[in-house]
Amino acid sequence: MSGFLTLLRKELLRFWKVAFQTVAAPILTAALYLLVFSHVLEAHVQVYPGVSYTAFLVPGLAMMSLLQNAFANTSSSLIQSKITGNIVFVLLTPLSHAELYWAYICAAVVRGVMVGAGVFAVTLITGPVPLPHPLWAAAFAVLGGGILGALGLIAGIWADKFDQLAAFQNFVIVPLTFLSGVFYSVHSLPPFWQAASHLNPFFYMIDGFRYGFFGVSDIAPLTGLCIVGATFGGLSFVSLRLLRSGWKLRS
Amino acid sequence: MTPAIEVSGLGKRYGGVQALDGVDLEVAQGEFFALLGPNGAGKTTLISILAGLARPDRGEARVMGHHVVRDYRAARRALGVVPQELVFDPFFTVRETLRIQSGYFGLTHNDAWIDEILDHLDLTAKANANMRTLSGGMKRRVLVAQALVHRPPVIILDEPTAGVDVELRQGLWAFIRRLNQAGHTIVLTTHYLEEAETLCSRVAMLKSGRVVALDTTANLLAGLSGVHLKVRLEPDRLPEALRARALPVSGGLQVIALERAALVADALAALRAEGIQVLDVQLEQPDLEEAFLRLVGREERAA
Ligand SMILES: Nc1ncnc2c1ncn2[C@@H]1O[C@H](COP(=O)(O)OP(=O)(O)OP(=O)(O)O)[C@@H](O)[C@H]1O
Ligand SMILES: [Mg+2]
Repeated sequence: MSGFLTLLRKELLRFWKVAFQTVAAPILTAALYLLVFSHVLEAHVQVYPGVSYTAFLVPGLAMMSLLQNAFANTSSSLIQSKITGNIVFVLLTPLSHAELYWAYICAAVVRGVMVGAGVFAVTLITGPVPLPHPLWAAAFAVLGGGILGALGLIAGIWADKFDQLAAFQNFVIVPLTFLSGVFYSVHSLPPFWQAASHLNPFFYMIDGFRYGFFGVSDIAPLTGLCIVGATFGGLSFVSLRLLRSGWKLRS
Repeated sequence: MTPAIEVSGLGKRYGGVQALDGVDLEVAQGEFFALLGPNGAGKTTLISILAGLARPDRGEARVMGHHVVRDYRAARRALGVVPQELVFDPFFTVRETLRIQSGYFGLTHNDAWIDEILDHLDLTAKANANMRTLSGGMKRRVLVAQALVHRPPVIILDEPTAGVDVELRQGLWAFIRRLNQAGHTIVLTTHYLEEAETLCSRVAMLKSGRVVALDTTANLLAGLSGVHLKVRLEPDRLPEALRARALPVSGGLQVIALERAALVADALAALRAEGIQVLDVQLEQPDLEEAFLRLVGREERAA
């Protein structure tokens, strides 16, 4: 247990020591998105009846930042320690595969939730934001952070160079987050893209998270939670198998 | 008693390179053991398999009786490894690094031992310095410290003295010797053969992934009977009778290989008979380096 706690603490310190880049910077980015998009689109777009576009945008942006930072945490930590070679300090220890996995995932969720909460806090400046179902929001936030943490872990183990990781981020993670309905409801899309969106796990995370704020969603929240939970379960299974096999970590 | 290290039929291939080719080895508890061999012999590969950093293609390895793959947690708890590569985590100070490493092994209150290690490795003044700011030799000492935080019964050091200055090398060896006297099994690789000769009671020599010699240091040296007679001559030429025994000139001295020390008198007499003056005489016992060169060379000729 204390091996797990030590690795978790180390992973938390790793981003917290440079919190300006790892927490403050993404909050600022999200705030700028909010400022620009809400200013330009406020008068033109209404996604849910009675919900202003700015209010609609807040949870989506908070969740998008949460997901991207959870991914960044595991992937950058792993590739850095692989490239500098200090991953051996973890590999030489009796930490089990599960301890290793959960320490990385928990740290990713913590960073993601910190950034997401920060975005939420900043948007409170523009006016009160309702949150009638906080537990639903929390469940989707934690599972979403876990999914992206696991994806980051796999990508970080797979990549040999920083540019491979950047490619994974730019060609997989960013498109999936942008096409998940952060800036719109998928119901406003043509039928083909609507159907395509339902194959995107990010859509369920953001849709479910938004349910916590508005009590309205494209998919029933319980269905969404099951899909998101199953996705996380599947990714955890794959990650643990990879760690057990020593793939790319133990030659 | 369970051997500290037990390796049988170990094979490992990297692409086209057979890094280990059927290695059998046993190191008893409490031994001070040297693993020698030229660059690329497979020393680090062997250590990596023991540490679980690499997986063998065939064969088995155990540390204190624990199978390194099946029972990896117990095996790693019993083992402290100082890696050959100079690696560090630039996010942390020396003390943080050692506390984190202790925590991985489940040790949360380890400061007394950490202070002792820091003291022995002359790192106390740097305890709160960031790893980034240390010199290469200091970083290597931190690597040694990291391997010791959990007081492992078996300690493997992969070239621990590369880049460490003479004074600290002495200090480091004194510390490792004390650990050995306290019952820790020590395995080291080094390219400074006199280190292995003075410290280690037993030696394995690796060449192209195979063990080419495995014996006590004393036996290896005894196997090299004979001495080298080094002489400075005036005029500087060897008589016909001694030319067959001549080795390459070293430091301006003629080197004559003799099978027995008793032959020294004959050799000097042969010089005198030719009217050659002897200005300087040195006798050299064969050392581990000699054994090493002969063994490695013999393999080469056989191949
Ligand atoms: N990860 C790897 N990938 C590919 N080849 C490797 C790898 N590790 C080792 N090798 C090869 O295996 C052989 C043995 O290497 P190893 O590092 O074990 O040698 P060594 O005895 O430690 O040498 P040195 O004294 O230079 O440290 C070498 O030919 C090396 O190139
Ligand atoms: Mg080596």
